[in-house]
Amino acid sequence: MPAPPPLPPARRHALIDRMRRVRLPGLGQSILVPLLAVITALLVGAVIILVSGGNPVRAYEGLYEGSIGCPGALSGDAGIQVTRLVCASSVTDTLITATPFVIAGLAVAFAFKGGLFNIGVEGQLLAGSLATVLVGYKLDGLPAALHITLALAAGIAAGAVYGAIPGLLKAYTGAHEVIVTIMLNYVAGTMTSYLLSGVMKDPRSGAVARTPYIDTAARLPDVWPGPEMLHLGAVFAVLTAIGLWWVLQRTTIGYEVRTVGANPHAARYAGMSVARTVALTMAVAGGLAGMAGAIEVTGVNYYHTPGFSVGYGFDSIAIALLGRAHPVGVIPAALLFGALRGGSSRMQFLTQIPVDIIQVIQALVLLFVAAPAIVRWLYRVRQRPHTVIEERPEPAASV
Amino acid sequence: MLDVIQSMLVVALPAATPLIFGGLSGLFSERSGVVNIAIEGMMLAAAFFGFIVGVRTGNLGLALGGAVVTGMVMASLHAVLSIAFRVDQIISGTVINVLAIGLTGYLDRKLYPSGAPAGQRTLPEIEIPLLSDIPFFGEILFRHGVIVYAAFVAVVVAAVVLYRTRWGLRVRAVGEHPLAAETAGISVYAVRYASVIAGGALAGLGGAYFTLQSIPQFQPLMTNGRGFIALAALIFGKWTPFGVLGAALFFAIAETIPSTLQIQGVHSIALEVAGTTLFDVAIPYQVFGLLPYVLTILVLAGAVGRAVPPAAVGQPYTRKA
Repeated sequence: MPAPPPLPPARRHALIDRMRRVRLPGLGQSILVPLLAVITALLVGAVIILVSGGNPVRAYEGLYEGSIGCPGALSGDAGIQVTRLVCASSVTDTLITATPFVIAGLAVAFAFKGGLFNIGVEGQLLAGSLATVLVGYKLDGLPAALHITLALAAGIAAGAVYGAIPGLLKAYTGAHEVIVTIMLNYVAGTMTSYLLSGVMKDPRSGAVARTPYIDTAARLPDVWPGPEMLHLGAVFAVLTAIGLWWVLQRTTIGYEVRTVGANPHAARYAGMSVARTVALTMAVAGGLAGMAGAIEVTGVNYYHTPGFSVGYGFDSIAIALLGRAHPVGVIPAALLFGALRGGSSRMQFLTQIPVDIIQVIQALVLLFVAAPAIVRWLYRVRQRPHTVIEERPEPAASV
Repeated sequence: MLDVIQSMLVVALPAATPLIFGGLSGLFSERSGVVNIAIEGMMLAAAFFGFIVGVRTGNLGLALGGAVVTGMVMASLHAVLSIAFRVDQIISGTVINVLAIGLTGYLDRKLYPSGAPAGQRTLPEIEIPLLSDIPFFGEILFRHGVIVYAAFVAVVVAAVVLYRTRWGLRVRAVGEHPLAAETAGISVYAVRYASVIAGGALAGLGGAYFTLQSIPQFQPLMTNGRGFIALAALIFGKWTPFGVLGAALFFAIAETIPSTLQIQGVHSIALEVAGTTLFDVAIPYQVFGLLPYVLTILVLAGAVGRAVPPAAVGQPYTRKA
């Protein structure tokens, strides 16, 4: 682990100068730095909105309303009855949006643990959704429990196969997983629009390229009845996160994945098959991404359409990094991104600020999380020696 | 048949242009030891801001300058993150890519909610006298936009700089063995900053191709993975300027096959033996469009022999003492 970088000679800003040094115990700091990173990203985002002629306060009010607040409460929209139900619906929106983010974030986090950078979530997720939707609308007359299980299993399997391709290529030919997964994303995107406008197209959908609806038996039930519509996938997401933590920390396979990620040479010396572990890691990561797609199809959309997953790939990387590649840490990170995405359409509706600003904020979060030294320097947070930030284990990347 | 090949090659050279610039951009960055997966983002941002400068000033020279400066600014961010802050270079590149997608998408929609203004001019096309009259090759090689010619000039310049100048030697030394270079009195940081930012300028020219040469318009995500294919061209070209040129042409020809077939009216592949049709399948153009991406994967998987990257690529350098 290299020593922390020498910080540039501090240009002491009067305001910052007055801030006192913050000292926190270990866990506190691993939460504090990401938190400060998010706040800084929102502040820089506000500056960008301001410079481009928008009103950042209104924008963030819209974001708040759309994600956790009550629509109309802040904007004073006349005619909107603010009831508990309406308030709950924006929170539910956030939770529903966050559900695939948790699982997709795990797909990146797990690969990180194995020293691999999975930029292929987008493609793996599409492969999973395609398989799930196919099982969902081709079969009928099955009992719900069986049909749902088959549909989810198909999605996970397809994602795993699609993730195994870069894993095997990396393991046996040395092809770098970053470029291979990016290329596979384009392949999956093109194949999806080809299939969805061709053999998998619903003949009744007219000019719209989409598949038929999946059988009602293949749809995930809601967690509680009523119009709020939080489906069972949210529960699966949390269980998957905990399960993955258990696998990584408490099983032989998890130990091998972490060892190969930390030091492939040591792993080989200890008798582990590095190639097999690399392939397995990518297959599991792909399976998780496929599961995210499967849950989105069976829980929210009930059909598949091109452009369904635009943005999941980069979102999941940001979520994994923000969650420090910790399976459970991914959950709050996914909730944040769920709130940003869920609230952004309300923001655009209220303020005409394009939803794309969310992507800018995301890039900034990624930036400040990846370079914690910037955040520490900005806020004068002293780094404690024993709380070295976990960095991506693989030191050399030949791209 | 010959006219099909000719029409394919006529569009291949312009299609190769962003790949050449992108590949050369990666060449300088990676030969100095800094992995650059941010070429895509640099080109996209340059395409956008170059276009905006062109729309606002009506001056294509300034627009081109705007694109180059944008590429350099994005590259500076990558340089600061990966050299000074020692951020993982792949993650730093991802930051640049996401930032470029978000920023261009946001500003495009914010500034031009009802679509960007059209009707702006593009950089001139030049027919080189006499040479452009050569049969077959004239049209392929000598009737193109200025940026297309510039790409080929850039390959030669890059080769001279890298192999025939003191600075080029330093770049290569720093990328292979930074500690030895530092010991010999070369500033590793300075060389890396200069190389990455010079690479950004090249990526800026690649971005300019999209909005100032190809079409006078900006569309979100219009670089469509060319920056990543350029990176594959760099690897396929074994981190050498002329290797990049050859690989870029290879990918460009693969890219132009489906559209050429379509324009030429080739709609199906049929095999007829002794009067009976054995098969007659319609060509799925969308699937043909995957050719560059699939070829990229095959190339990386070592279909052409293992490529050896610069020894120190991807490793942050910490100055001793």
